[in-house]
Amino acid sequence: MANVIGGLATSHVPSIGGAIAKGLQQDPYWKPFFDAFDPIHEFLEREKPDVAVVIYNDHGLSHFLDKMPTFAVGAAEEYKNADEGWGIPVLPPFAGHAALSWHIIESLVNDEFDITSCQEHLVDHAFSLPLKLMYPDAKWPVRTVPITINSVQHPLPSALRCWKLGQAIGRALESWPGAEKIVVLGTGGLSHQLDGARAGFINKDFDLLCLDKIVNDPVALTKYSNKEIIELAGSQGVELMCWIAMRGALQGRVSKLHSTYHVPISNTGGAVLLMENKPRPHAMAAE
Amino acid sequence: MSYNWNIPGTPVFGGDEARKGYALNKMCFSFNDKANRDAFKADEDAYMAKYNLTDEQKAAIASRNVLQLIAAGGNVYYLAKFAGIFGLSVQDIGAQQTGMSLDDFKAHLVAQG
Repeated sequence: MANVIGGLATSHVPSIGGAIAKGLQQDPYWKPFFDAFDPIHEFLEREKPDVAVVIYNDHGLSHFLDKMPTFAVGAAEEYKNADEGWGIPVLPPFAGHAALSWHIIESLVNDEFDITSCQEHLVDHAFSLPLKLMYPDAKWPVRTVPITINSVQHPLPSALRCWKLGQAIGRALESWPGAEKIVVLGTGGLSHQLDGARAGFINKDFDLLCLDKIVNDPVALTKYSNKEIIELAGSQGVELMCWIAMRGALQGRVSKLHSTYHVPISNTGGAVLLMENKPRPHAMAAE
Repeated sequence: MSYNWNIPGTPVFGGDEARKGYALNKMCFSFNDKANRDAFKADEDAYMAKYNLTDEQKAAIASRNVLQLIAAGGNVYYLAKFAGIFGLSVQDIGAQQTGMSLDDFKAHLVAQG
C-alpha cells in the first residue's frame, strides 16, 4: 500500500520565482529562505518520493469567480503552468497521476467532501514554485495531484473544515493500493496582507506559534475562526488553511525534520517546514 | 453577504463585493494573457467597454489607485494582474495603499522580523 512519507510546507510568494530567474538564491535578502531547502533536498534525495500531493490556493489562474470551487482536485495526466501576468518564468509541465486523483475523488466524496474534479487545471505559482524549490533542475521526478482550497472569495472553509479535509485526504492516500511513496505539500503563508491600509502586516509571534502547533498540536489551530486568522495573520494569512490540511493528511507518527522562519520575503513571513510521517506501531503490526 | 468584521484597514471580499466587482475582476482575470494585456494598453477605453465596467470601475482603473479599485469591487488576486501590466510589485501597491514611500514600506516589512 501507498506510503505517506512526509509533509512539506512552504511559503509560495511569486517573487521567489523572480529571485530564481535572476539567480539571487545567495543574495543576502533571499539566502535564509533558499538555504532552508538544503535539508529538504537531502530528504528528497534519500527518500525519493514518487508522488507529490500539493494542497494550495489558486490565485486566479485556474479558477475564476464565475465558478469558484471551495475544494477542487486535479484529475489529469498533466498540469501546465502558465503566464499569471507578472512575468515570472513559466515552468515545464508537471506529470499528473489521474488514477490516484480519481481514487482520492472517490474517497473524498464517500467521506462527504463534495469536491470539484478538474480534468483541465492550470497550476499557478503556489503549486509550481514549491516544486521548483524542491527540484531546482525542474526535471520533476514526482507525479502530482493538485488540490486547491478557495482563499479568494468568502465564505472560505474554516480551519477545522480544512483539517478534516486533510484527514480525509490522508485516509484516501492510506487506502490507495499502489506502492508509491507520497509526500504531501501545503503551500502559502505565513502571515501577510496585500490589500487595504493594513497592507504589509506581518505577525512573527503568531507565525512562530503556528510553526510549533502545526507539528505538535495541530488541533489547536483548528479552533481559530477565519476572522481571527485574518486579524492575527493578515488577509492572505488564511493560506494557513493549506498547511492545516497538509498536516491533517499525515496520519502516522509525525516529527519535525527542519524548519526555517525568516521575515520578510516579499511582503510575507517566510516559512518552510519539513516533517516525516512514520507508520504507527499498530498499523505496522496489522500489515 | 457583507462581512462586517471591522478589522482596521482590512477589506473582506465576500458575496456583495463579488457581485459588485464582477466585471472589473473578469477584466483583470483576462490579463493572464499577454494578448489581452497588450489590447488593454493599446486602447484602455475600448477594452473596459468590452468588459462592461461601471463608471466607478472605469474611474478606478484610470486612477491606478488600489484602494479605489478595491472600493469598486476589485479583488486583490485579480488586481495584482492589473498592477503587473505596469510592472508594479506587491511592495509598490503596499506602499501606495499605506501612503508610505517604497523605501519606508520595505523598512516596515523588515522591522517586523
